[in-house]
Amino acid sequence: MPTPTSRIRNFSIIAHIDHGKSTLADRLLERTGAVTEREMREQLLDSMDLERERGITIKAQAVRLTHRAADGQDYVLNLIDTPGHVDFSYEVSRSLAACEGAILLVDAAQGVQAQTLANAYLAIEAGLEIIPVLNKIDLPAADPDARAAEIVSILGGRPEDVLRVSAKTGAGIDELLERIVAEVPAPGGDPDAPLRALVFDSYFDAYRGVVCSIRVFDGVLCSGDVAHFMATAGTHEADEIGVLVPRPKQVSELGPGESGYLITGVKEIDRIRVGDTITHPRRRAETPLAGYAEPKPMVFSGLFPSDGDDFERLREALEKLRLNDASLVWEPETSRALGFGFRVGFLGLLHMEIVRERLEREYDLDLVATAPSVAYRVTTTAGEVREVRSPQDLPPVDERTSLQEPYVKAMVLVPSEFTGTIMELLQQRRGEMDGMHYLTEDRVELTYHVPLAEIVFDFFDTLKSRTRGFASFDYEPADYRESDLVKVDVLLAGDPVDAFSTITHRDKAYEYGRAMAQKLRELIPRQLFDIAIQAAIGSRIIARETVKAQRKDVTAKCYGGDITRKKKLLAKQKEGKKRMKMVGSVEVPQEAFVAALRVDDAS
Amino acid sequence: MSEPVAAYLHIPFCDRLCPYCDFAVVTGRGSDTDRYIDAVVSEILADRPAAPLRTVFIGGGTPSSIPASSIERLLGALSRQHGLADPEVTLESNPEHLAQDLVTSLASVGVNRLSMGAQSFDPVVLRALGRRHRPEDIDVGVAAARAAGMASVSLDLIFGHPAETDASWEATLERAIGLDVDHVSTYALTVERGTALSRSIAEGAPAPDDDVQADRYEVAVDRLGRAGFEHYEVSNHGRPGHRCDYNTEVWAGRPYLAYGLGAHGFRDGTRFRNVRAFDAYVTRVESGGSPRQGVDPIDPWEQEVDRFMIGLRIRDGVELGEAGPAFLDTDSGRRLVLRGILEVDGAMARVVDPLLTDAVAREVVGLSPPR
Repeated sequence: MPTPTSRIRNFSIIAHIDHGKSTLADRLLERTGAVTEREMREQLLDSMDLERERGITIKAQAVRLTHRAADGQDYVLNLIDTPGHVDFSYEVSRSLAACEGAILLVDAAQGVQAQTLANAYLAIEAGLEIIPVLNKIDLPAADPDARAAEIVSILGGRPEDVLRVSAKTGAGIDELLERIVAEVPAPGGDPDAPLRALVFDSYFDAYRGVVCSIRVFDGVLCSGDVAHFMATAGTHEADEIGVLVPRPKQVSELGPGESGYLITGVKEIDRIRVGDTITHPRRRAETPLAGYAEPKPMVFSGLFPSDGDDFERLREALEKLRLNDASLVWEPETSRALGFGFRVGFLGLLHMEIVRERLEREYDLDLVATAPSVAYRVTTTAGEVREVRSPQDLPPVDERTSLQEPYVKAMVLVPSEFTGTIMELLQQRRGEMDGMHYLTEDRVELTYHVPLAEIVFDFFDTLKSRTRGFASFDYEPADYRESDLVKVDVLLAGDPVDAFSTITHRDKAYEYGRAMAQKLRELIPRQLFDIAIQAAIGSRIIARETVKAQRKDVTAKCYGGDITRKKKLLAKQKEGKKRMKMVGSVEVPQEAFVAALRVDDAS
Repeated sequence: MSEPVAAYLHIPFCDRLCPYCDFAVVTGRGSDTDRYIDAVVSEILADRPAAPLRTVFIGGGTPSSIPASSIERLLGALSRQHGLADPEVTLESNPEHLAQDLVTSLASVGVNRLSMGAQSFDPVVLRALGRRHRPEDIDVGVAAARAAGMASVSLDLIFGHPAETDASWEATLERAIGLDVDHVSTYALTVERGTALSRSIAEGAPAPDDDVQADRYEVAVDRLGRAGFEHYEVSNHGRPGHRCDYNTEVWAGRPYLAYGLGAHGFRDGTRFRNVRAFDAYVTRVESGGSPRQGVDPIDPWEQEVDRFMIGLRIRDGVELGEAGPAFLDTDSGRRLVLRGILEVDGAMARVVDPLLTDAVAREVVGLSPPR
């Protein structure tokens, strides 16, 4: 028997990392009796760490809490988790779409961070009721008054409406539960209408296959029903539906306003799309719920196994990762310098970092990653508009009429003393200021229009170091703009090394070319002939370095006692040479590629 | 396979350890000299007789640190076991040992080629190399060798220590040439693993520089060549008729006998080496056992490849034989010829710039037989 919608509240918690989201979730679970204190040892909502619970791992994506409110009624509170980072803003928006309200949780010492702000804007746009909450009020460094003023300047409202809690001590938790009941609107929805349920998350479980997190808007989904997925046009039987309390608990049906999980027996994650709408095939909803979109990669990088023999392992690892991350896309890429690999598309920088790290750590792969690139939009002389994700694919100057690059809207929150620093940095990165907004007297929000390519390198680290870690930063895709972009090639002994080619703004080409040439001069071992290292735009050389020929490659002594040892040594050196990559006639150690690609401190 | 006509004898005794040296040496064991010589004699006498020897090389260690009578016993054993065919007998020596008495005695027991670890004529460099002698000791030693009627006198020089300058190296070469010796070996200082030199560099002392060594090498080849020395191996220069016969046998890929601790030999298609530890060597021989630590049979093809590879060090070139054409048929062989690093003239191959010998040898090692 579905719970009446009037006693359901669906909400999520929006918070910056470390602002206490997990602790608050734990506290809510504990206070509502969903888990005992002993079970609390682990922060339940963070069960992404699959290692922790082998066997059936139900990701606690939507936890159902039961709360007896001050009015004496029992309410079902569905706490819906959201990914914390705007790289996953599409997923965030899907999670928010499953809610009617959101807790905006802010560290009372650190204040609002850019990512929180970005997600808060998403929630506001989605029409959610926002409950502003300051956490960690027990910390000595907490400044709740100033932080409340900051929140008010962003959200409006009154400072006294900003709830003050300590998830650690439990202070203010009861009040928060009451505010959820009182302020988050009850979900609407018609139980008699055709079924419409939103898939707001999905993940792969080794034993059960794809598990979907769903939120029912209209109609009722019963166990055993045949579910039709409107975007993918797939039809799968609902083998099991249930709710998380937070342990998985099977239910026979889910009605309007309810959230839970759905297991269909589908094994391939890309057959289930987050954002899809589920309906009944015999009684279809006329229109799907709003907002299904294909995940769109923004940042691209070539991933190559250091050891060419690991190519198949890399492919398998990517396929396994995609079981849980449908947004991961790739195509094979062949580099003369790096061999066989993949050009992988990522939702953003964090996504790229996470994927690379998981490939290396969980799949024990040693990878060479080329400098991240963005997707350029090229119009060819034939009038065709093409997306270029790799410098190799850029048509020559005389075969294109337009070259555009993606811009993002960047948001930086920073103590006001660093305003000048930020303006300088963003200017170096070809940014244009859109606005400046003082949250309080001493914190300012700066918004910029900036090429994505300018932030994919080392922007975040530079930002952090120049503001002593105080700046927070986020961005969202904006538009494409025509830019004066050139392709810089790096040539070894006249042969271009594809891995080092880059598309960059003309003003920065020289700097890139010179830095790369110098780096390579230090990294490439001397060989039997002089090696010219050149950086070029088309046929114009913009930087040149030379690795002088090796003059001495001989053992001083080779007498009777040395022969066996000398043979072994030479054989070992020869083996080492085999691991080098041939670029034309030049032998380049793998390490040189890695080192040259690693550091990119061109700023 | 022909029987060896060359033999190596290893005398491990040294007054002290030089910081760059990684040979099989012992210090402070002078009192064990007789026991060691006994052991080597036993080893020789237990060996299967070979052909009468045409060349004997007594190396070390520091063979000049033991009495001439000991050398006499060793040569006697060789004579008894294999016979001696008027051999070249080289003895390595330290200049500070070369008092006239000793040199005369050595000559009288059959040593006819004296090789001196001169290393440098620059006191600064000698000190940096950890050597005890003074430059004048070299002059004295050469004079003693001449007076004793040595048929050939050779100097070993080490170049490229960071303490050495261009001028110091040139002066050393001039002094060596001025002494009118018959043979000069010039060795680039090499940092061997596990030596005091390698440790000090790891701790921050300057390391030898390849380019500087290349410059000094070229200076040596030039000066010695102009003074009438034939540059006949990467590191060896001899006046006509004064090339080292023993090494020439080794470099030609022919077999050679070897006795003493840590000694390496090649006989019957097998490379062998003796145990390196003093006590282990002596005890094994005394108990009638074999001093061998390792025995590696080398198949005929590998012997041929070894011959070609080692022969690359010879400045006259190496006979192509069977390995040469096989190598020239590989990509790397062709590339080296194309780049002018290896030249082929008739039945001979030659590394054009001796400084790049290993660049060629590295490609040769492990060469597959032709199909």
